[in-house]
Amino acid sequence: MRPVIPYVTAALLFGLGVYGVLRRRNAVLVLMSVELMLNAVNLILVTADTTARAVLPHSGQVFALFVIVLAAAEIGVGLAIVLQLYRLRATVAVDDVPLTESPDPVDGREPAVADSEAGR
Amino acid sequence: MTGADVLLLALGAVAVGAGVLVVTTKHLVRAGLYLVVCLGALAGDFLVLSAELVAWVQVLIYVGAVVVLLLFAVMLTRAPIGASDDLDRPGWPAALIGGGAGLGLTALLVDAYRWSTVTLPSAGTAERLGEQIFQSWVLPFEVLSVLLLSALVGAIVLSRPDIGRAAPQRDGAAGDLVDSEPGGRR
Repeated sequence: MRPVIPYVTAALLFGLGVYGVLRRRNAVLVLMSVELMLNAVNLILVTADTTARAVLPHSGQVFALFVIVLAAAEIGVGLAIVLQLYRLRATVAVDDVPLTESPDPVDGREPAVADSEAGR
Repeated sequence: MTGADVLLLALGAVAVGAGVLVVTTKHLVRAGLYLVVCLGALAGDFLVLSAELVAWVQVLIYVGAVVVLLLFAVMLTRAPIGASDDLDRPGWPAALIGGGAGLGLTALLVDAYRWSTVTLPSAGTAERLGEQIFQSWVLPFEVLSVLLLSALVGAIVLSRPDIGRAAPQRDGAAGDLVDSEPGGRR
């Protein structure tokens, strides 16, 4: 088995993930690109488990499992944030989100209060 | 080139090709479906690399749960069904940084491993991985379980605005009443 093949696959996937995160405007697509990057790291870890003989056997695969758990937690919280953003602003374009808070924070919170009251 | 190499090459080509489509396609739903292809090919890679448990966990959690969640999010944000033109930013910096990261890492890893061969270790079955997790990696395992719990609670609190804002909202309403009554009297 030549480890360079999965290593190169993982490197290219990581580059694609970086490209997607920077290129995409839709927040859901940004999350998909983050998944690509996390999977590239998983592939690196599993391949490293075959090339490096660590003191503890199968450490790379154990870490890959940990990364999968982290990805599951990340996607849950990330999608909750995206859905909340959609509820507040009716858009999921990440460059429509103001990075600096508006001078009057009460105004920014008004639609949420109105929304949740209208929902009841 | 052994059989494992050929399999790894084919699965890697499928994964990278599907990844390219994920980050370039104009259809939101198709991006999710190409992500399934990419993650499935990576699960096949894990199987060839003798990581059985990781491969099946990948199929279960990524293809089964994460992609379904992403497709739910696509639907809940009322994404258009057809092609949409406003998905991308103008992206020379993205191409530059992404290409730089990918090709730089490729050059680094190719230089490190050249065309060397290794023998595959014993298969990472559930029994062996379980022994490792519950003997050597118990503390990270427990920390991760706490992290999952906190992520669960955080997602619930985030997605239900009536939980986090209930108290200040009533205060605000009461404050409005107090404020408006003197105003009315004036």
